[in-house]
Amino acid sequence: MSNLQVSLYRYNPETDSAPHMEEFEVDTQGRDLMVLDVLHMVKEQDNSLAFRRSCREGVCGSDGMNMNGKNGLACITPLSDVVKGGKLVLRPLPGLPVIRDLVIDMGLFYKQYERIQPYLQNSTQPPSIERLQSPEERDKLDGLYECILCACCSTSCPSFWWNPDKFVGPAGLLQSYRFLADSRDTATHERLSELDDPFSVFRCRGIMNCVAVCPKGLNPTRAIGKIRDMLLADAT
Amino acid sequence: MVTNITNLGRSGVSDWLIQRVSAVVMALYTLFIVGFLLFSSDLDYATWSGLFAQTWMRIFSLLAFVSIAAHAWVGLWTVTTDYIKPAGIRIAAQSIIILANFVFLVWGIQVVWGA
Repeated sequence: MSNLQVSLYRYNPETDSAPHMEEFEVDTQGRDLMVLDVLHMVKEQDNSLAFRRSCREGVCGSDGMNMNGKNGLACITPLSDVVKGGKLVLRPLPGLPVIRDLVIDMGLFYKQYERIQPYLQNSTQPPSIERLQSPEERDKLDGLYECILCACCSTSCPSFWWNPDKFVGPAGLLQSYRFLADSRDTATHERLSELDDPFSVFRCRGIMNCVAVCPKGLNPTRAIGKIRDMLLADAT
Repeated sequence: MVTNITNLGRSGVSDWLIQRVSAVVMALYTLFIVGFLLFSSDLDYATWSGLFAQTWMRIFSLLAFVSIAAHAWVGLWTVTTDYIKPAGIRIAAQSIIILANFVFLVWGIQVVWGA
């Protein structure tokens, strides 16, 4: 028996008044496929199914979704990691508005990313070639720059669900710390002064859902802790 | 920067620090009271009243009361901003919480310091 039961979240705003789950059956021929492969097999049965995908190898971050209750990238998640009792349940990333089927509106997520000013700011005269870093200074960016903005972390965070307009969320804060920790960035104080309210950083309760789901194995909770230490040092 | 006017410290860093320090004070006070109850043999009114007659115990108690009030303000403020979305109901709930904290604090001071 190599048939896999796939339960899919379906919503078409033009025809459906409410979202519903639709059942599909897919013949995997006993292979341990990636979830994205299964989605393509479902799309062969019903080409009205909408989902995002691009690189299919965990680099672009397009196909973040909720697989049997856990957020992740469909393209690098094997069935053996998520399928329980021969059933695969796929839903869009939770907490953000659904546009159609598995496609969500990531506007608020990007708005929070934009807020932390994710680019290098340096008020000193640029050198003739480039701004140099010591290997030690460069090491501080490891575990920060690798983020692909798939939104798996922020959409698994209850604090982001409740206050997506005020709490920056784990993805944005990881990137915020990426620039706070960069020896070439001179806007540290200005960046911190934008974050010291009770929501932007401090709505993090440290439950580490973000760490549990990050497909790149990053640790936003640790970055948030470091931002908190910097805020505390700056304010006391 | 998200502005707020009803949280205790007016800043996230301040609220965060108040929450940690007040938690430590409350933990020490709880441990002390439980320890006192466990280890004082034949506890009677005179011993209990004598404990609270001492200045250091009054200061310790007042510190604990202030900590409870601050801790409750910061914590419940957070709960109201998470779960109560209509602004009118949220402001009303926050006002009731802040007023209740004040009443309990003054009442506590009166119990320990009053005649």
